Amino acid sequence: MSILLNRDTTFIVQGITGREAVNLTRECLDYGSKVVGGVTPGRKGREVHGVPVFDTVAQAVEHHGGPIDGSVVTVPPAFTKDAVFEAILNGIKLIVIVTERIPRRDVAQMVELAEIEGARIIGPNCLGLIVPDVCKMGGIGGPARDAAKSYAPGPVGVMSRSGGMTTEISSSLTQAGLGVSTAVSIGGDAIIGSAYAELMPYFEADEETQAIVIYTEPGGRMEAQLAQWVAANDSRLPIVAFMAGKFMDDEEMKGMSFGHAGTIVEGVEDTATEKIARLEAAGIRVVERIDEIPAAVKEKLAA
Amino acid sequence: MTIIEISSTWAFLVPPNWNLPILPPLRIGSAPLMRFYEFEARQIVELAGIPVTKYGFCKTADEARQAAEEIGGPVVIKSQVLSGGRMKAGGVKFADTPDEAAAHAEDILQLEINGQMPRGVLVDPKAEVKQEYYASVVWDGTAKKPLMLFSDMGGIDIEEVAETHPDHVGKGHVTNLMPIPDFEAKQTIAATGVTGSQLNRATPILAKLARLFRDYDMTLAEINPLAELTDGSFVALDAHMEMENEAVGRQKVLLRKQLEIAEDDTRETYEPSEFERNVAAIDAADHRGVIQGKDHGFSGNLGLVIGAGGGSLTLTDAVRSQNGRPANYSEIGGNPSVAKACGLAKEVLEKDGVEKIAVMMSIVSNTRVDIVARGVIKACLELDKDPAETIAIFRIPGAWEDEGFKILDRYGVEYCDRSVSMWEAAGRAVAKIQGEAASA
Amino acid sequence: MAKKLNKVFIDVEVDPSVAGDVALAAKLEEVCPVNIFKGTESGVEIVEENLDECVLCKLCLEAAPAGTVHVRKLYDGTELS
Ligand code: SF4
Repeated sequence: MSILLNRDTTFIVQGITGREAVNLTRECLDYGSKVVGGVTPGRKGREVHGVPVFDTVAQAVEHHGGPIDGSVVTVPPAFTKDAVFEAILNGIKLIVIVTERIPRRDVAQMVELAEIEGARIIGPNCLGLIVPDVCKMGGIGGPARDAAKSYAPGPVGVMSRSGGMTTEISSSLTQAGLGVSTAVSIGGDAIIGSAYAELMPYFEADEETQAIVIYTEPGGRMEAQLAQWVAANDSRLPIVAFMAGKFMDDEEMKGMSFGHAGTIVEGVEDTATEKIARLEAAGIRVVERIDEIPAAVKEKLAA
Repeated sequence: MTIIEISSTWAFLVPPNWNLPILPPLRIGSAPLMRFYEFEARQIVELAGIPVTKYGFCKTADEARQAAEEIGGPVVIKSQVLSGGRMKAGGVKFADTPDEAAAHAEDILQLEINGQMPRGVLVDPKAEVKQEYYASVVWDGTAKKPLMLFSDMGGIDIEEVAETHPDHVGKGHVTNLMPIPDFEAKQTIAATGVTGSQLNRATPILAKLARLFRDYDMTLAEINPLAELTDGSFVALDAHMEMENEAVGRQKVLLRKQLEIAEDDTRETYEPSEFERNVAAIDAADHRGVIQGKDHGFSGNLGLVIGAGGGSLTLTDAVRSQNGRPANYSEIGGNPSVAKACGLAKEVLEKDGVEKIAVMMSIVSNTRVDIVARGVIKACLELDKDPAETIAIFRIPGAWEDEGFKILDRYGVEYCDRSVSMWEAAGRAVAKIQGEAASA
Repeated sequence: MAKKLNKVFIDVEVDPSVAGDVALAAKLEEVCPVNIFKGTESGVEIVEENLDECVLCKLCLEAAPAGTVHVRKLYDGTELS
């Protein structure tokens, strides 16, 4: 099985007529995902790769004839909050926000509304999630053919703050004969809908998942939160972590941001060194080299 | 940073932003924040309805004298720089008379602090303080809500207080969706044991601070110290504010109208290098794809033409951990044109001390391997360099890789696909550049 | 500043038989995503400095009569078809 997505998951794309959204829609359809509609205000009646376009989420739901499971939101930053509110209040429970550069206040408001309504947000600033050979929601892995090359089904759950590294790591697991249960690009911003610890219960409940790999960076507290979760929940899942951006610990890099908006060292606790120590204290194996991940997973699975 | 000597008479004639060139904003290498001077933070606090002492922001010694006369009594003169450690650097001085205030202002106005000339001085009354408090609001990324902090031990470093006297620090979250109610502030303050009229006077101040934090998209709103004066009233004596860069566009009214901050006044944490400016200019000239480059803190011989946020972090580490010396950091994202990839590679190659470049990325799906290959080879050719010699390694697997590999074959450039890890590719580049150094 | 090179990787040629066709020229200018064709009053012109930006999308081949537009990959000697 998998987390959050399955063979029957239906979703819409908000902002579907944008250039990137058109590509993403093609990719998802080719992969076998059920894209049941798209929304771009003022463009009702059009089609994008055979997917009907509506003015509102409510119209898409009505056309579908029942609740829609998810939405991929690709609208510009100034309109994202409204689009996400619209999705949530029309009963959509899984929202992938691709858009970058959304102010934190807006993200926090979306997350708070999602909590009230029992919806889950992945992102912002992410590529979405994929269940190999079953469903892909978002641009993750690229065109269907490329995604198939990088993602084979298997026992490892992947969570990553970098979209590109989600695929790089999954590909190495696939090449090593391990494969992936579900891979989630969680997003690179300082505030995101679903941090590692918030997705752990889903993986914990998924029978197929036997181990977890996370890709992480300096900045923020979500690694500390994961370490706490692991300590408090006696998880059955071994975790292997890779930390990028260790060079940012250097004195001359202090206060600078690299890579993602959330990747900035603001205090002692969010340096790479400090995070590695915390993760290790919780029994999480932190590998030094990116290519040590598959072997470390195999070792954990054998133990 | 060039340090220009200017005589004291000239100092007043030079506009306060003389050392900030007009540049496109850098997206990396600078803190993703809009930083404010103390005098601006003071204005913001005032706009939010929080009481402050009568103060003057002055650009000349004469103005400082006038401000001191208007205030009457002893004053403090504070340098207006975007840097900590003003007190230590001699940027804060006390004066009993207007003449003394003018003399201090004259000194402080020409005093460079951590590479910055002050924009002016703030003249403040030396307040009769009964008790100092601390109040701030920051983001709690885990709870995904603003977090209020309050302490009755103000004036000192809050992290220190939190460590030594945790019972003197109150914490409380703020709702994101509802109008912020006073009680959330009251609870936070009461948690420190503060009661009586002090509680009732501090509550609206903390609530207003939380509202301004949320309304103005701040990442930090701090009043330290928040002073209770001998007459029992509360005033903000010093304030510190930072706004999220992503929100600058929608805070125009505050920034441009109320604070009158110029559009090009981007307040970088350091002056961008020539390399950084050039890369930003190449990026701005063409909308296809995104390239970013930075060399602050890097000075090696291996130029990095590397891609995507996470990939760039991973690769920079991989080069350094294998004793390589990167000349720069870069990011290639989206689907850049050949010209853009070429422009970045050329800038890297033209940096002092760069011998070879390594072209590496994690598996790409949007960026095209063949387009990047064309760009970096073109950069070599245009600079009369042999691509086979100049490109230490090319490791970009993914979209259009077969086409890309044909191009690399044609020019004899060493490349690899996904079967060679990012770590190994970085190692090969380092070995090549070091092998050459050893045999030379 | 260093020299700028064109036509390192890609060359595009329009058959003389159709190069003067103004309508085709306009069409080619419209379909090519990287502006390699320029429609003029006397027919189609090739914009040299954009040649290496060709993304091999074949849209020009599809827009023109078969065999009249040639996109050559100079790095392996083959032609786009
Ligand atoms: S193949 Fe595409 S990019 Fe190349 S010349 Fe033809 S239309 Fe332009």
